[in-house]
Amino acid sequence: MIELQNVAMSYGGGELLSEMTLKLVPGSFHFLTGPSGAGKTTFLKLCYAELLPSAGQLSLFGSDVRGLGRDEIAGLRQRIGVVHQDCQFLDHLSVAENVALPLTATARSVNEGELRELLSWVGLRAQAEALPPQLSGGERQRAALARAVMMSPDVILADEPTGNLDWEMSLRLLSLLVELNKMGKTVVIATHDLNLIRMAKKEVAARVLRIANRHLQLAGADL
Amino acid sequence: MRVALAFLRGDLSAAGRVVPPTGFTARLTLLTAAAMAFLAVFALALSLATGRLADRWSEALARSATIRISAPSEQMQAQVQAVLAVLSTTPGIATYRALESEEMKALLGPWFGPDLPVDSLPLPQLIEVTETAEGIDAEGLRLRLAAEVPGAILDDHTRWRRPLVAAAERLRMLGLLSLVLIGGAMAGMITLAAQAALAANGQVIRVLRLVGARDAFIAKAFVRRFTLRGLAGAVLGTAAGMIAIALLPATDEAGAFLTGLGFAGAGWLWPLVIPPLAAVVAYVATRAAALRMLKGIR
Repeated sequence: MIELQNVAMSYGGGELLSEMTLKLVPGSFHFLTGPSGAGKTTFLKLCYAELLPSAGQLSLFGSDVRGLGRDEIAGLRQRIGVVHQDCQFLDHLSVAENVALPLTATARSVNEGELRELLSWVGLRAQAEALPPQLSGGERQRAALARAVMMSPDVILADEPTGNLDWEMSLRLLSLLVELNKMGKTVVIATHDLNLIRMAKKEVAARVLRIANRHLQLAGADL
Repeated sequence: MRVALAFLRGDLSAAGRVVPPTGFTARLTLLTAAAMAFLAVFALALSLATGRLADRWSEALARSATIRISAPSEQMQAQVQAVLAVLSTTPGIATYRALESEEMKALLGPWFGPDLPVDSLPLPQLIEVTETAEGIDAEGLRLRLAAEVPGAILDDHTRWRRPLVAAAERLRMLGLLSLVLIGGAMAGMITLAAQAALAANGQVIRVLRLVGARDAFIAKAFVRRFTLRGLAGAVLGTAAGMIAIALLPATDEAGAFLTGLGFAGAGWLWPLVIPPLAAVVAYVATRAAALRMLKGIR
């Protein structure tokens, strides 16, 4: 699905990530931890090919990203849902239009019934016509999650999705991600919230990865 | 046509709305297209008017010739008769006649006044010749006149016609060059406006990339908007230009050049080509700018 072989990532001459090897298998659930600035966001950007590795091999769904054009990468991104901490909405579009954006942007028709159902699933049915700046932090994250799953992707990558949320809202978002994983989706969540990881491990068999000293380590046993 | 209409209608769809309205670049593009279209109407009018002028001068002067006879007064009548005899047997001549003294006076009047004593002046006699469509062999006639009437000189207006027609042709080319330059300037300005809009909407492009939009979709969202603005501006500018041309003073008998600047007959249809052309220029310029910028964003 997503496979990294000795991947390294350099910025301005310095290496941020080194020798990263990982294979995300279908239906798996991973947490990615590490201190701020360790490279969690960079790692996720590699996973949806916003960045290309400076060394090593990165494959998305069996294709080496180095050999792919921008449009081919765009095609693969339709199979990857991404949730950012800052959500990245188009503020002039309504919540419903933002959630439907993956369909609009790929010239697919929007099924209004399915869209309403998805908004109901994340608890935003009543806010469908609201503009993103009118939503609370938790509502924005849930809307971002709804947009990420709009195309029924195989993989969901979430970058600090609970960073700005209170505990109750964090648990609600986590439960949605767990639910998606139980539906067969591969989930990767970058977070430094260890309590969230502990809560998740009660529900799913999650692996915990840690980025430390530029390297990726398995860190599940001590949590 | 159907594809073009669907493309233009798309601005109303969800795909067309992914780009937020940007007031400054919208006004800039609209204003640029309107101003350029207005100027293009005048350049077109200039080009068409000079074309007509060149044709008119060329045709009017090409179909006529003048024979000038200089001789002592006692030989003048005999030389005139000799020239008329030569003309009567020359092919390619439709009509010919010696100008009367009243006509000579009218010709010289603007320079010497109405009281000119034409009869008492040693003026040459002029013979006006009108050619048929086939025209005359000017060189052959010149040789015959030199042999039979040494005092007669044929002027087929070539030395007047050539620089006049060349000047008119040059003006026509300048008009066409102006049209090309106007189109280029419009493409440049719309490209700058499009680049400004693309730069201002970097976040929109990143989000679209994130959700799997391909280059063509992202470019289309911007291209459609700028094409519509270019078209709308050009329609306004063209309409204003055509009204301004229509309000110019009508061509009068004096035939002054500026009063002849305008469109005639079917020529009024030519400005209608400007808005679609402006839309094409806007489309090409914005698409090139968008695709160039998208290459730098993964």
